[in-house]
Amino acid sequence: MNSIATLLTLSCLLLLGSSRLRVAIRMVAFQGLLLGLLQLFAVGPGHLTPGLVILSITSIVLKSGLLPWLLNKAMIVSGTKREIEPFISFGASMLCGVFLLAVSGWIVSTLLETDPIASPVALTCGFFLVFSGLLLLMTRRKALTQTLGFLVLENGVFTTGLSLGSEFSTMVELGILLDVFVGIFLMGIMLFHIDREFDHLDADRFNELSDLEIAATVVEEADE
Amino acid sequence: MNTAWALIILPVITGIISLFIDSERLRKNILVIVAFVHLFLVIRLCKGDAGELNGVWLGVDHLTRIFLSLTSLLFAGSAIYSMVYLDKHPQEDGSDLANWQFLKNRNAIYAACMQLFLAAMSLAILSMHFGLQWIGIEATTLASTPLIYYHRSRRSLEAAWKYMIICSVGIALALMGVFFLAMTATHHVELFTPAGLVLYAGYLKVRWLKVAFIFVLVGYGTKMGLAPMHTWLPDAHSEAPSPVSAMLSGGLLNCAFLGILRIYQVCVALPATAAFASELLVIAGIVSMGVSGIFILHQPDYKRMLAYSSVEHMGILATGIGLGGAAIAGAMLHAICHSLVKSSLFLLAGNILSAFDTKKVEKVTGLLKSLPYTGMLWLAGFLAITGTPPFGTFISEFTILRAALVTRSWYIAAFYLLFLLIVFIGMLTIFMQMTQGVQSEKPLSSGDHHRDDHDSPHKHTRKHGRHHAPAEEHEVSETVLQLITPVFFLSAAVVLGFYLPDSFRTAINGAATLLGGAIL
Repeated sequence: MNSIATLLTLSCLLLLGSSRLRVAIRMVAFQGLLLGLLQLFAVGPGHLTPGLVILSITSIVLKSGLLPWLLNKAMIVSGTKREIEPFISFGASMLCGVFLLAVSGWIVSTLLETDPIASPVALTCGFFLVFSGLLLLMTRRKALTQTLGFLVLENGVFTTGLSLGSEFSTMVELGILLDVFVGIFLMGIMLFHIDREFDHLDADRFNELSDLEIAATVVEEADE
Repeated sequence: MNTAWALIILPVITGIISLFIDSERLRKNILVIVAFVHLFLVIRLCKGDAGELNGVWLGVDHLTRIFLSLTSLLFAGSAIYSMVYLDKHPQEDGSDLANWQFLKNRNAIYAACMQLFLAAMSLAILSMHFGLQWIGIEATTLASTPLIYYHRSRRSLEAAWKYMIICSVGIALALMGVFFLAMTATHHVELFTPAGLVLYAGYLKVRWLKVAFIFVLVGYGTKMGLAPMHTWLPDAHSEAPSPVSAMLSGGLLNCAFLGILRIYQVCVALPATAAFASELLVIAGIVSMGVSGIFILHQPDYKRMLAYSSVEHMGILATGIGLGGAAIAGAMLHAICHSLVKSSLFLLAGNILSAFDTKKVEKVTGLLKSLPYTGMLWLAGFLAITGTPPFGTFISEFTILRAALVTRSWYIAAFYLLFLLIVFIGMLTIFMQMTQGVQSEKPLSSGDHHRDDHDSPHKHTRKHGRHHAPAEEHEVSETVLQLITPVFFLSAAVVLGFYLPDSFRTAINGAATLLGGAIL
C-alpha cells in the first residue's frame, strides 16, 4: 500500500512539472490504475469481496481507460498540445509541489500525535493529491488541464478516504464513482463545445460574465 | 418507503424516455404530468403517519417534509412555465448523440434534464445516509449543467463551465468531510445517518467532527452560494433559462443547505462542536449578506441582481441557524418564503426578458404600463423579497433578528440590519427604475443584435416593434400560463405572513427541534 501511495505521489509531481498535455493525460490515467489497485490492497488479500473487485475494476476502466481516451480526443480535436505559459512556471510548480508534500506530511504528523491512523503514508499522499489538484486548477490556463486538475483532486479525495479506512458499502462507492465519472465526462463534452465556440481552450479568457466586465459594457453603451 | 424510492426513480425513467421522444408536445406533457404526479406522491408521503421513517438509506423527518414538498411544488410551477418557455424557443433540427456535440437537440435535453434534476434533488433531500446524500447533491450539479447551457451561446457556455468546475471542486471537498465523519464514526455506529450518529454522539471525536464540519460547510456552502464561494452563482442564475433559474434558486440552494443542516444536526449533539459550528455558520452568513449587499448596489443586470439576492438570503438562513433558539424556526420559515418568492421573481424576470429582450436594468422602464400584470407582481415580489410586512419573509426575518437581540449578540444584529438595509436600498432603486417612468421603446441597440446571448424569442418580433405600438405587442407576451405560478406563489407568501397552517407549524417546529432550536 505504501509503495502504491509513493508511486501516486511521484506521478503527481511529474504531472505538475510537465508541459505536454499528452504526458499529463497519461499520468492521470496511470493514477487511475494505481488508485484501483490501492482499493484492493487497502483491505488486504484475506478480506477481498466480489463487490470490492467489481468496484476496483470499474474504477480502473473508467479512470484510466475511458476518461483519458475522451480527454485525448478533445486534445487532438482542439489541436492543443502544450500548456502554454501557466501562471506559475513548471519548475516553480514542481517546487510548490514539494512544498505541498511537506505540508501534507506535517499535517499528518500532527494528526498522528492524537489519533491512530490506518496508513499515514497513504493519507499524506491523499492530502498531497488534493493540494496539487487545487494548484493545477488555479494556476493553469487551459480548460483541459483544469479538468485534469479536478481529476487529480478527486483521486486525492478517494485516497484520503481509503487511508482513513472510512468505507461505505459497495453500492454507495459505485454511486460516488459514477457521479465523478459522469461529471468529468460532461466536462469533456463541454471541452468540445468550448473549442468550437471560442477556438481555444483558455479558461482564463472566459471573462464576459465578470461583474467588472458587465459594468464596463454598460458604460460603453452609455457613451455611445 | 416505497413511495420514497418511487419519487426518485419515476423522474429518472421518464427523463431518459423523453430524451428519445421526437414529438415536442408529448415531451412537454410528460414533463408536466411527472411534475404533478411527483407533487401528489410527495403530499401523500409527507402526510403519511406522523412518525419518522428512518431507513438505512432514505428517511422522512420534518426537515425532509419541508424541503421535499417545497421542491416538488416549485418544480410543478416551473414545469407549467416551461410549457410557454419552450414554445418561444423552437426546436432545432438534428438528432441527439451525434458527432461529439451530444447536446444538440436542446428542447429534448431540456425536458430530460429537468426531470433528472428533479430526481437528483429528491434523492439529495430524501437520503439519510451521508454518502448517498453526497451522491444526490453531486447529481444535481450534473443534471443542471446542460440546463444552464440551454442557449448554446458563449456566455451560457462560460457560465456552465464555471458552475461545473467550481461546484464540483466544492463538492469534492465535501466528500473529504464525509470521509472524515465516517472515520470518526465507523467503529461504533451501524447507521451512517444523522439520527444514527446523534444516538452515538458520545463516541465521536470532537476534533474530527470539527474538521468534517469545516469541509462540509465549505463544500456544500459552495453549492449553496455562501460567500466567498458564491462566484458561480450570479453567472449561472443569470444565463440559465428563467424556469431553470427559478429551480436553481428555490430548489437547488435548499438541497445544499440541507446537506449542511444534516451534519449540523450531528454537531448539535455535542456541546463543544455545537458552539463551534454555530459560530462558523453565523460568520459565513453575515459575510454572504455583506458581499451580496455590495454587489446589488448599482447592479446593471436584473437577473444578476436576483442571483445576488439569493446569496443574501442564503446568508440569512445560515445566520439564523447559527444563532440558534427561535432563529432556527425562523430560518425554516424563511427558507420556505424565500423559495416561493425568489422563484416567482425569476419567472417574472423571464416575462420581462421575453418582452424587452434585454437583461439591462436601464433599458427597462415603465413596466407597470407596458406589462401591467407582470409589473404589479414584480413590485409585489420586490416587497416580499426585501421582507416588507404583509409577507411571510417579514415574520421570518424579524424572528431571526429578535433571536439575535434576545441572545445579546449586538454586533450580529447590527450587521444583519445594516446589510438588510443596503440590499433594500439597492433593490429599491432597481425596481423603481424598472417599473416607474415612461414606457421604454423597444431596445434595438446595435450591441444586442450581434450577440445572441440572451433569450431572444423570435427575430421577427423585434422588427415588428418598430412599426406597431409597443403596447399592442406587449399584451401578447403576458399569458395566463406565464402568470399563474407567480400569482400562486406570491399569494402563498402573503398567507404565510398572517397564518401558519398547523401542518406547517408542526413541520417547522419539528425541524427546529432536530437542530437544537426552540419551537415557534
